[in-house]
Amino acid sequence: MQIRVKVNGIDYIHEVEPRLLLVHYLRDVLHLTGTHVGCDTSICGACTVQVNSKPTKSCTMFAVQADGCEILTVEGLAPNGELHVLQEGFKEMHGLQCGFCTPGILMTMTDYLKHNPEPSEEDIRHALKGHLCRCTGYQNIVKSVQYAAAKIANKEEVPA
Amino acid sequence: MSTTNGMIGKSVKRVEDKRFITGKGRYTDDIVLPLQTHASFVRSPYAHANISGIDLEVAKTMPGVIAIYTGADVAAINGVPCGWQVNFKNGDTMKEPKHPLLADGKVRHVGDPIVVVIAETAALAKDAAQMVMVDYEELPVVINAAEAVKTGAPLVHEDVPNNICYDWALGNPIAEVDQAMEEAAHITTLEFVNQRLVANPIEPRSYNAFYDEANEKYTLYTSTQSPHLIRLLLSTFVLGIPEHKLRIVGPDVGGGFGSKGDHYAEEAVLTWASKNINRPVKWTAERSESFISDVHGRDHVTKAEMGFDAEGKILALRVKTYANLGAYLGTFGPAVPTYLYGTLMQGLYTTPKINVDVTGVFTNTTTVDAYRGAGRPEATYLLERLMDLAALEMGKDPAALRMKNFVPPFDGVNQPGYQTQVALLYDSGNYQGVLEKGLKMLGYEDFRRKQLESAQNGTLLGVGFSTYIEACGLAPSALAGALGARAGLYEMGQVRVQPTGKVSVYTGSHAHGQGHETTFAQIVASKLGIPIADIEIVHGDSDSMAFGMGTYGSRSLAVGGTAIVKSIEKIIEKGKKIAAHRLEANADDLEFDQGKFTVKGTDKSISFGDVALTAYVPHIYPADLEPGLDFTSFYDPANFTYPFGCHIAVVEVEKDTGKVALQRFIAVDDVGNIINPMIVEGQIHGGVAQGIGQALFEGAEYDSNGQLTNATYMDYCMPRADDFPMFETANQITPCPHNPLGVKGAGEAGTIGSTPAVVNAVINALWSGGHQVKDIRMPLTSERVWRAMQAPVNE
Repeated sequence: MQIRVKVNGIDYIHEVEPRLLLVHYLRDVLHLTGTHVGCDTSICGACTVQVNSKPTKSCTMFAVQADGCEILTVEGLAPNGELHVLQEGFKEMHGLQCGFCTPGILMTMTDYLKHNPEPSEEDIRHALKGHLCRCTGYQNIVKSVQYAAAKIANKEEVPA
Repeated sequence: MSTTNGMIGKSVKRVEDKRFITGKGRYTDDIVLPLQTHASFVRSPYAHANISGIDLEVAKTMPGVIAIYTGADVAAINGVPCGWQVNFKNGDTMKEPKHPLLADGKVRHVGDPIVVVIAETAALAKDAAQMVMVDYEELPVVINAAEAVKTGAPLVHEDVPNNICYDWALGNPIAEVDQAMEEAAHITTLEFVNQRLVANPIEPRSYNAFYDEANEKYTLYTSTQSPHLIRLLLSTFVLGIPEHKLRIVGPDVGGGFGSKGDHYAEEAVLTWASKNINRPVKWTAERSESFISDVHGRDHVTKAEMGFDAEGKILALRVKTYANLGAYLGTFGPAVPTYLYGTLMQGLYTTPKINVDVTGVFTNTTTVDAYRGAGRPEATYLLERLMDLAALEMGKDPAALRMKNFVPPFDGVNQPGYQTQVALLYDSGNYQGVLEKGLKMLGYEDFRRKQLESAQNGTLLGVGFSTYIEACGLAPSALAGALGARAGLYEMGQVRVQPTGKVSVYTGSHAHGQGHETTFAQIVASKLGIPIADIEIVHGDSDSMAFGMGTYGSRSLAVGGTAIVKSIEKIIEKGKKIAAHRLEANADDLEFDQGKFTVKGTDKSISFGDVALTAYVPHIYPADLEPGLDFTSFYDPANFTYPFGCHIAVVEVEKDTGKVALQRFIAVDDVGNIINPMIVEGQIHGGVAQGIGQALFEGAEYDSNGQLTNATYMDYCMPRADDFPMFETANQITPCPHNPLGVKGAGEAGTIGSTPAVVNAVINALWSGGHQVKDIRMPLTSERVWRAMQAPVNE
């Protein structure tokens, strides 16, 4: 089947098998390997991308379902090389260790911060519930999100 | 050597982060090679069965299939080797049945690989694998280690009587321990299970192998913790190919926690097959496959008894453990419940008589090997559960009971190390210090008051302690060899100064989240007085570095970091000779500081970069000196390192449901000197999270047929962000006396210390409500805690 998608601002047309998952389309066809597969069953959140601005677990969506959609992956978060404030937060607050779960969390939480600019610690922990991180114990991920929220509160726009 | 630019002890932001947060990390599954093919494994759905037939006819005709191999094709190849030998008490060597690469007519656990299908795409390989027809004759199954040793239990390996791999003991003669127990005023007894866990790094195992026909050389990209170890095992012990004709690359690895320290059958099958098909072949585990084929951790059944005199002084410890090793031996498997477990039974206490007896047992389950902490969490759980329970039983304060029994402080320099009853010589410690600090952070007296009030109001509050020690920085090779290790456990560090004074460091350690690219760079920056931006840390490629033993057992900084320091010392030594020649001085009169070689007491100096250039453009150069500035060092530590600490958990247990709410978690850890406090704290957080995971959430559950019933992320409950409060962490620093950095290791400390603190807190909460429960099987789910509370109440 033919699909047309816009990924990180670039238009693509591809013939794909109906059974091809969106995550495999991104990784194997577009070679955007920043999106990861951790569990195959939408529990770990490592495969999260934004489909039409909505965080979506791409291991549980067919590529053909994304036909006509705009998709943002982690590779599109810092298009001009300038880090998104949440990416900066992860670096500043040691929000990652092995880095495997990180892109998915970034894709969920950049969207979350758009709608929830002043989250409490409890809010952030709740918002992270769809993601598994085995390295950090989450504490510094929470702090990374708090870092970004604080920066945004100082009137810095959240890009993307 | 002086610390020259303040880089040591500073929370430098990680240099590796940028690639990860921008999606540019390069994990094994991200690597696509020209003419790439893909593999899928057919695995046993039965825990124990004879294979009566394999029909490949349909599978062979499936689209895109390139090759299919069965056990018969690899029967002539050696099996997966085991890296550590443990002997029976009578001196006999352990039973070591062959671990075939693909099943040899019999499957011994669910997930045992039988057939590999290689096809043009991963999807086509999976399609064809589903059409492989295997006929099984089911055999009786044995799951539980304590059951497996009984007469008449099914045999996992026909040539291993009673499924016993070894029976092993350590410590004082059992008669002496029995005698000491006779004299005890009180004996606390605990019979318990330390449940099986699955490491679950979020990156599944992934391999990509290819054969370069022209150069007759294999390359394997692998999600491993120890590239060189895999090269040694795979080349020499399994495939019989020359070591220099096999390159192992461990690129970015998405977490390991011990489970990626093993050499796996799939690595060998793919490497072997890549030559047969003359194309690269890749396999990445699906999560359901990871659950049944990655090595598991823990799984002990134990009876432990601790005898006290009337004042609460420990007189003796007697331990009997059945350790489930799974169906085959893992790379470190036999060592984990023996030399990494029994040797820790001294804990922080002066216990004069200790005997620990371990039976290692084969069962029809996935192989059990190292999982974060590996043996040391099991030992700590045993000791620290006993201590809190003993305090409850004897009506003593658990903190005071510990204080009474601690080994007094010793720095290992002015006071000697502490010789335990169980083979180890502790390097340095101040055990009182960490407990005192923890109690202060907790506000102990206030807490006890609050707990009493809460109990009167019907709220069950509890506090649990764990004062742990671990042995890490694996390991002095001679000692490790005496304990059965089949390899040395030193580490290699090469420091290559480039002609412009930039520095490339090649380490045999491997990072999979630990931040070596930052921490090691800090050491080099500090010692050479150059900016971190001028340093690159290279790891994970067997063709790039001389050798390496890899990363596990919290060894990278203490052993790998020290190897780098040794090379830096050689760089400075040679640099002095070059500088002396340039400055027309005597090398002995030179000092090196702030990146400059200076003639003592003068302003005559030459920069490090200038010396580097001179070394490579040696026009003005000492006649008796080789050009170049590049040194490789191997460091074999004099001893293990012994981090220790105090973890304290505060919980509230909901009376009506048994739900446990973790209110506070305090971790005071002494990991020796700290290079990067931010990274160390991160390691502690992650370790603590996994330890709490074992206490409250995680556990691999096999049914009686040997099916792992919770083999998905939906069913195997790992902690999520909203399960934790903010951890309260602090450090005490007691330097390691036997390595130049004074460091001990921080990777496993959190996991080792935390589990018993949480369980003790729940038990304490229950006692505060009159439920005098000795044990609840982990994980402490609401149901288990609620059931425990249904026992009659003692007011």
